[in-house]
Amino acid sequence: MAELMSFELVSPERLLLDLQVAHVVVPGSEGEFGVLPGHAPLMSTLRPGLISVYEDEQKPPQVFFLKGGFVEVNSEGLVVLAEDTIDPESIDRAQLEQDIKNSMEDLSLAKDALELERAEKRLAWMKPLQEILKH
Amino acid sequence: MASLKDLRNRITSVKSTQKITKAMKMVAASKLKRAQNAAEQARPYAQRMDKVMAALGQSVIGQPGSSPLLVGSGSDHTWLVVVATSERGLCGGFNTNIVRAAKRRIDSLLADGKDVKILCVGRKGRAQLRRFYGPRIIDVIDMSGMRSVGFADAAAIAERVRVMFDEGEFDVAIMFYARFQSALTQIATEQQLIPVPLPTVENGAGDLKAGGDAVYEYEPSEEAILEDLLPRNVSVQVYRALLENAASEQGARMTAMDAASRNAGDLIDRLTIEYNRTRQAVITKELIEIISGAEAL
Repeated sequence: MAELMSFELVSPERLLLDLQVAHVVVPGSEGEFGVLPGHAPLMSTLRPGLISVYEDEQKPPQVFFLKGGFVEVNSEGLVVLAEDTIDPESIDRAQLEQDIKNSMEDLSLAKDALELERAEKRLAWMKPLQEILKH
Repeated sequence: MASLKDLRNRITSVKSTQKITKAMKMVAASKLKRAQNAAEQARPYAQRMDKVMAALGQSVIGQPGSSPLLVGSGSDHTWLVVVATSERGLCGGFNTNIVRAAKRRIDSLLADGKDVKILCVGRKGRAQLRRFYGPRIIDVIDMSGMRSVGFADAAAIAERVRVMFDEGEFDVAIMFYARFQSALTQIATEQQLIPVPLPTVENGAGDLKAGGDAVYEYEPSEEAILEDLLPRNVSVQVYRALLENAASEQGARMTAMDAASRNAGDLIDRLTIEYNRTRQAVITKELIEIISGAEAL
């Protein structure tokens, strides 16, 4: 009998997931890491990447793309504060490529710090997403 | 005395006004429900964020080299006042209350010799503030195209404020909005955005103790995490304020429209009585004319 821990995926707009899970792999900014029940308390920032949620070790995980965020692991389980999540299945690759191109253009044409920051932010999550989709 | 036809016209016009206010009340009620739901759903994120911020803040505070977002720019000369109001009117004292609170603060800041810049979110606040502080209003953010407040909208505003802060355009940012208490009461509230106020352990972090006794490992480091969280925290504060504001606006509108419908009802009753009296007077007058005509023969 596998142990379970609580898992919450929260976006600013709502609570996305609230489950009992066996294993979660999160894209930490210092590298991916897996969290099992009984993990030592930890706080880490996340980079854009995939998060895999195993409700059961035997079953395939639920996978989401995170645009970045923050994870807190405590004695009860883990809480992921995500900026935004995307279902990787739902992404239109051609559209993404176009978006990246547009953002690159914005980056070179940016007139002030605000526009620059916005374009950089978009690219910060679009590029890793593209990398992931290649595989 | 008004003629019968005039009275009839007035009654019809008040009746159609009442229809409109009744409809607006119902629309506001359903929008209020939606706004309240949105505010409720946003709560878990904000709570967790507060909890983490409180835990981190305790350990970082007082250390040199902390982010200016946390400790401020070292001065408090120039203030940025963000005034969040609605895009539409007909919502009772909602906008006026927010503007009044903001105005009081701005006046006291100016009296202290501070410099004040104003950023309006929503057109209604600008219309009221322009008379007093025209040149101080640096921009108006138009929210009219949005059906409901999204986090992205709030983040865009927060980003703008942050970029201005980075460029040294102001030292302290505060925001005015109406906190939702009930459909009847909304409280104009001031909230500090920058420097980021740290949530204290007592409020907002009540269940901190559950996991708080354990020593956290930080990855990459406490400072780096805080650096990452602070800008996000500003966005969350703005988002929360906008959500509260949206709910308050609909609550205020609902109350105002309810009062308007009731007033219209009273007015209709009064006019109807007057109409009936006039009608009877006209009949009596005609009868008297006929009778006295007959008697004269």
